[in-house]
Amino acid sequence: MEAIIFYMFSALTLGAGLCILFSKNLIYGAFALFVAFLGVAALYVLAGADFLAVSQIMIYVGGILVLLIFGIMLTQQKEKSDDSTRHNRVEVPITRKIWGFVAGAGLFGLLVKVILSSDFRMAGEEMSTKSTIKTIGVELMTSHLLPFEIAAILLLVALIGAAYLALNRNPTA
Amino acid sequence: MTVIPVQYYLVVAAALFCIGLAISITKRHFIGMLLGIELMLNAVNINLVAFGRHDPERLSGQLFALFVIVVAAAEVTVALAIILRVYGRFKTVDPDKVNELKQ
Repeated sequence: MEAIIFYMFSALTLGAGLCILFSKNLIYGAFALFVAFLGVAALYVLAGADFLAVSQIMIYVGGILVLLIFGIMLTQQKEKSDDSTRHNRVEVPITRKIWGFVAGAGLFGLLVKVILSSDFRMAGEEMSTKSTIKTIGVELMTSHLLPFEIAAILLLVALIGAAYLALNRNPTA
Repeated sequence: MTVIPVQYYLVVAAALFCIGLAISITKRHFIGMLLGIELMLNAVNINLVAFGRHDPERLSGQLFALFVIVVAAAEVTVALAIILRVYGRFKTVDPDKVNELKQ
């Protein structure tokens, strides 16, 4: 039963990824990314990471994806131009497609070969079916306190930096 | 309750990573490349969570994945601000056309 659900969500995630790869329209790609993020959250749940799945949905779907869609909408440009002296743009994307396919398929073949030939010896026992929230909270406040604080500073710096960069400092342009 | 072997997670994550790599190579749009990078970060997080299953006392893998999510959020905000500045200056979102440094 669990294996069937695992296969189903894996297929959903990978199908959404392929949908982004082959879609021409970037908005469709963003919505396929939504499906892919939800599939990844389901895989987290199957791996016993319930808190991480909820944060994935809240941060990625609620924050990052909305931001990406805003970015797509703010950088829309007209395809056609009324300027008759402008050259028509001929799309020659074939080399990019070839290189993308070669890099993706080659790396995938290599990784699968390594994964299937490896023999992992796990030290700890499998996780039991209990919630991970308490452990994550205790670990964040004890042994991982410094990275936690650094992450807070990083988010503050990114917030201020992004707001400063996005300001329109040259209104005549 | 059957337990799914860790290799299955690794293969799915590898496929997702390679799809993300192919997306960020083939897209001719800055935000398309960002979509591919986000997908690659998610694939890495799947790996971390899959190995973190075997560490139920300390959950190092899940904590690391949490920090990766935080860094990804910071990265995407700054990247979008930079993309908006580049679009305001060059009026294009095609990475091939932003080639002023080449000349």
